[in-house]
Amino acid sequence: MAVEMMSEELSPTGLTHAVFDSRVRKRLSSGERSFELNVSFSIQPGITILFGASGAGKSTLLECIAGLITPDEGRIAFADRTIFDSEEKISLPSHKRRIGYVFQDLALFPHLNVLENIQYGILNMRGKERERAAHAIAESFRITKLLRHKPSQISGGERQRVALARALAVDPCILLLDEPLTALDVPTKSAIMDDLRAWNAARKIPVLYVTHNRDEVLALGEQVVVLDEGRKIAQGTPYDVMTVPRREKIAQLAGFENIFDATVIAINEARGTMTCRMGETNVNQPSVDIETPLVHAEAGAKLRVGISAGDILLATAKPSGISAQNILPGKLIAMTQQDVILTATVDIGIRLAVHLTLAARDSLGLRPGGDVWLIVKTHSCHLMAE
Amino acid sequence: MDWQAFFLTIRLATLVSAILLIAGLPIAYWVAYSRWRWKFLVESIVALPIVLPPTVLGFYLLVALGPRSPVGRWWQQMTGHTLAFTFWGLVIGSVIYSLPFAVQPFVASFQTVDRRLLAASSTLGASKFTTFRRVIIPLSVPGLVTGFVLSFAHTLGEFGVVLMIGGNISGVTRTVSIEIYDQVEAFNYAAANHIALVLLIISFVLLSFVYGINRNSGAVWPWK
Repeated sequence: MAVEMMSEELSPTGLTHAVFDSRVRKRLSSGERSFELNVSFSIQPGITILFGASGAGKSTLLECIAGLITPDEGRIAFADRTIFDSEEKISLPSHKRRIGYVFQDLALFPHLNVLENIQYGILNMRGKERERAAHAIAESFRITKLLRHKPSQISGGERQRVALARALAVDPCILLLDEPLTALDVPTKSAIMDDLRAWNAARKIPVLYVTHNRDEVLALGEQVVVLDEGRKIAQGTPYDVMTVPRREKIAQLAGFENIFDATVIAINEARGTMTCRMGETNVNQPSVDIETPLVHAEAGAKLRVGISAGDILLATAKPSGISAQNILPGKLIAMTQQDVILTATVDIGIRLAVHLTLAARDSLGLRPGGDVWLIVKTHSCHLMAE
Repeated sequence: MDWQAFFLTIRLATLVSAILLIAGLPIAYWVAYSRWRWKFLVESIVALPIVLPPTVLGFYLLVALGPRSPVGRWWQQMTGHTLAFTFWGLVIGSVIYSLPFAVQPFVASFQTVDRRLLAASSTLGASKFTTFRRVIIPLSVPGLVTGFVLSFAHTLGEFGVVLMIGGNISGVTRTVSIEIYDQVEAFNYAAANHIALVLLIISFVLLSFVYGINRNSGAVWPWK
């Protein structure tokens, strides 16, 4: 809740009108499992990320908006046009909604070449006009050289561009992107998004971009809506929502590897910090005191602390002359490697996950069992209400 | 060799498979995409000719086309003669008899078209009919060819239905399979062999063609 209130102050909502409103309730059940999507949100022109774990209801929401499935209840409307309203019994069929939809697997027509794919949605235009429109959009997405190729003959990134061009050729009122870039490498991905932004600079339609990848949220979005188990749990700018999460659920989604119960044991107003005891659930359990940012809380208050594994420094000797206030001795328990990232588990009374590079491991000669120090900046400790 | 019977059979088979190609598409579309709970009943009716003895089908068709049924009576009023024992009676009987051989491959190929493509077509502003014409049909060409060829081949060799509703009128309803039967009855084994061999070769070539265009599947049934 805190995030939502805050986002309204910080987001540009006051300046532009929402151009798209969606309130959707839809119950899906298969066998004994049932799932309810119940979301309401408004978005402005520009890229809004729809973020959530798999199964949060992101794709279902897009399908409701596109008219591929019918919500049980709700209203979906642009500023000047209602496409679904359960009370007024309005439900435009999907082919009359003018919605650009780029599917996860792109769904390019395999029997048509690139040009024919792009022209698919604008066949009602006259020949010349259609040709011009198709070439203009192909130019915007840098695929003019591929027009005679079949989708099977071009690369993944190129297919992505074709799918975007095809969806945008119909001049849609909103663009829905369902994790379309998941399979692409970062440079390809950002080049495509740059072209999309450039195209949209003049048109200013809302773009709803679905992802479960937190890096994409920070890199691509102007706004983010966070879904969890069919419900909206936050909306705001990516920075606010993802880096200063006030709710543990978002913290988990945003990728805090270390989350602990903590108790406020001292307020140090002069220093602008508080001291929290982490990990103590009963008296005999080991615990660690750390310095955290000051928030409105009283000594004895219970809260939770999240620390990103990438925000923790690791040293083999006790460092001095350093600004960080939390310098914690411990033992290196284990190291696991995933791609090029190494996750070290360090016991400092409680166990913390720390991200390292392979180079750091080698130059420090790190081995399980060795003594290490962890360095955590006060402001890397994020406090959350439970 | 009785070329008259041969060409009559070819004409019948071509006409029947052409009618089935047109009439079978909407039926197959409905079977492939309907979510009606009693759909299986319709599927059973479409498949009936596969298991039903041709004489049973022929008998009921004969009754239905005869002057005592509403259809037969209506036809007689319109044209002055009965449908039974005419070439067009034969066409109607063959269309029903070969229906599953066209519709089932159509349905199978429609069902393999990725649903996402249909959704994409719809969001791009295409109506259901446009989607059918521009996405489903082009992506189902092997299935359509299979259905056409199988219903053609099946009509070529039919015997029971033809005999029941068409009788054995030279140049009107006498097809090659009846010709073979006639020749055997008359102990003209050489003539029967000629015609039978031609039918065998044509059937083999047609089936090879069907399996050839569907060779990726490698299934027992050419349309699966």
